[in-house]
Amino acid sequence: MSKKIAPVTQSDFIKAYRVMLTSRVLEEKLAGLYRAGMIKGGVFLGRGQEALSVSVGIQLRRGDIFAPLIRDQGGRLAFGDTVLDTLRTYLGSQLGSMRGRDGNIHRGRPRDGYYAMISHLGAMIPTVAGALLARRLKGEQGAVGATCIGDGGTSTGAFHEGLNAAAVDRLPLVVVVANNRYAYSTPNSRQYACTDLLDKAAGYGVGAHKADGTSLLDCLQTLRHAIHAAREGGGPQLVVADLLRLVGHGEHDDFAYLDPELKKSAFGSDCVLLAEKHIIDEGWHTADEVASWRRETEAEVNATADRVRREPSPDPSEDDWAALSRPEYREQYSAS
Amino acid sequence: MITYLEAIRLAQQKALATDPRVFLYGQDIGSFGGAFKATKNLAAEFPGRVLDSPLSEDAIVGMAIGAAIEGARPIVEMQFADFSTCGLNQIVNHAATLFYRTSVPCPIVVRLPSGGTSGGGPFHSQNLEAIYAHWPGLVVVTPATVEDAYTMLLEAVNIDDPVIFCEHKFLYYHLKADALPENALPIGKARIARAGRDATIVTHGAMLHESLAAAQELVEDGYEIEVVDLRSVKPLDTDTILASVARTGRLLCVSEEWPWGGVTAEVIARVSTEGFGLLDAAPMRVNAKDTPVPYHPDLWAAHRPTASTIAAAARRLLHI
Repeated sequence: MSKKIAPVTQSDFIKAYRVMLTSRVLEEKLAGLYRAGMIKGGVFLGRGQEALSVSVGIQLRRGDIFAPLIRDQGGRLAFGDTVLDTLRTYLGSQLGSMRGRDGNIHRGRPRDGYYAMISHLGAMIPTVAGALLARRLKGEQGAVGATCIGDGGTSTGAFHEGLNAAAVDRLPLVVVVANNRYAYSTPNSRQYACTDLLDKAAGYGVGAHKADGTSLLDCLQTLRHAIHAAREGGGPQLVVADLLRLVGHGEHDDFAYLDPELKKSAFGSDCVLLAEKHIIDEGWHTADEVASWRRETEAEVNATADRVRREPSPDPSEDDWAALSRPEYREQYSAS
Repeated sequence: MITYLEAIRLAQQKALATDPRVFLYGQDIGSFGGAFKATKNLAAEFPGRVLDSPLSEDAIVGMAIGAAIEGARPIVEMQFADFSTCGLNQIVNHAATLFYRTSVPCPIVVRLPSGGTSGGGPFHSQNLEAIYAHWPGLVVVTPATVEDAYTMLLEAVNIDDPVIFCEHKFLYYHLKADALPENALPIGKARIARAGRDATIVTHGAMLHESLAAAQELVEDGYEIEVVDLRSVKPLDTDTILASVARTGRLLCVSEEWPWGGVTAEVIARVSTEGFGLLDAAPMRVNAKDTPVPYHPDLWAAHRPTASTIAAAARRLLHI
């Protein structure tokens, strides 16, 4: 590695914490809207995964590629997504980036390097790898692509094929695994048999990085190293973070299957509370100041939600119902 | 003489030469030149743009999608159409949904060496155009001539939407042309391959040639059969089909696919709903048998439609 990696500063930490806080507050709002029956479709939260997710999104640069997954509200905001578009997509506003054609976590702006996931886990890994291959073929250098997945997603064929293909071409891909202990309700013991998911890195011939998913500082440092290694030509990097999903799979899920021992374990802590404590313990800000940040964020989120709720829904009579971009290829089915 | 296979190679060569966005990705397609040699010498001629992939159909298509989002025009080869089912998820759930969901088109071409050859067996013989046509968001083409193999592949590269290019292996070597055209009917337009008056055969791919042979056989019985080569199954040129049925009053659909929910079913559904009054007899169809494609040449020859089974069906249609 040619360049020295800068340490995470107080400013970096606080900036990342503010995004974590926005993500947490926004998701609390989404959960409330869900319970009020105002969300179109499901709500899938990243509670407990904000430190890891924000660390990915915040350390990518303009021109990089980011393909987030289900529990990456924090990373999305850090990479440039907004509270406004999040709410628009969940509430089904016509003005949202997906125009009502897709919802909740299936949103993105691919032209900005912010890819819109499909539900099939692992699918974004080869997609980002291919994007990086295209950049290379264009002669562009220096861009990194990152994508996130969970412990369950590591069991898919797409994860294997994508990471292996990226490794063969030594593409600057960072795959971030949030080992949150459950794939919907399936525990790690029924998901994989290796000692640690990071063991897979050696098999693929990619860089390996372990993070404490409850520690913002550790996540920021680990992701900084992983992204740097990919950017400097080290090929794909696999990051595995230990943490615990602090909510059910979706807001419809009561999480009754949670093993209480996990909650008490080292990775059962709430990363937002730990980061907040760090800021206060270090004397960077007082508890009152941190509390005021939360109030500011809540006010912004509430105002944005009120605005979005007044926005129009998509109009079926105005949709062009076109799955193909070429108008001349659009077929009319008279029988339908 | 230029074979159907060479036309596909030449189209890829021209696409690489004229469009810097084009690259090829697939198994064994680099210095080896592909399992069928459809990319022979292209890796040497275009260094770094004809890339061997791992044995990973899902990743091949997924990478093509990512590259397309970034402005590239990838052509990916599935070694056999049959193996594209290992990449099905990326094709139908990602490539096919991208434009509708995000407004960002997905200009990839997925080449599927399709269809049966003697001795191919259950896993190297399939025709999958109907399943791809089923999903919204894909263009599915089935060139039946050397000329179409060339021009439609070049056109496919220029289309902003994902194109499933079903090239027929049975035609690779024995179908030949003197020269390749510069201009052609666009994708989405069917072609009257043979004019007639007594019945219409609608077909595509290798079955065009069996159907033409059947039509020739029926000349001896005094019948003139019109043969429509669909060229693309999605979009499906319903207008040309209906115009032909309007002339002949009788419809026989022929496809090497399995019958259930296939192209023949779709064509008959459209003619029956949109052109019922044009029909003098109930439409008929000839498909492959509803079993896996058998290995033994004798079984295989009986599994797929042939000129004689097509002619026999046409006689039944004409004698009603």
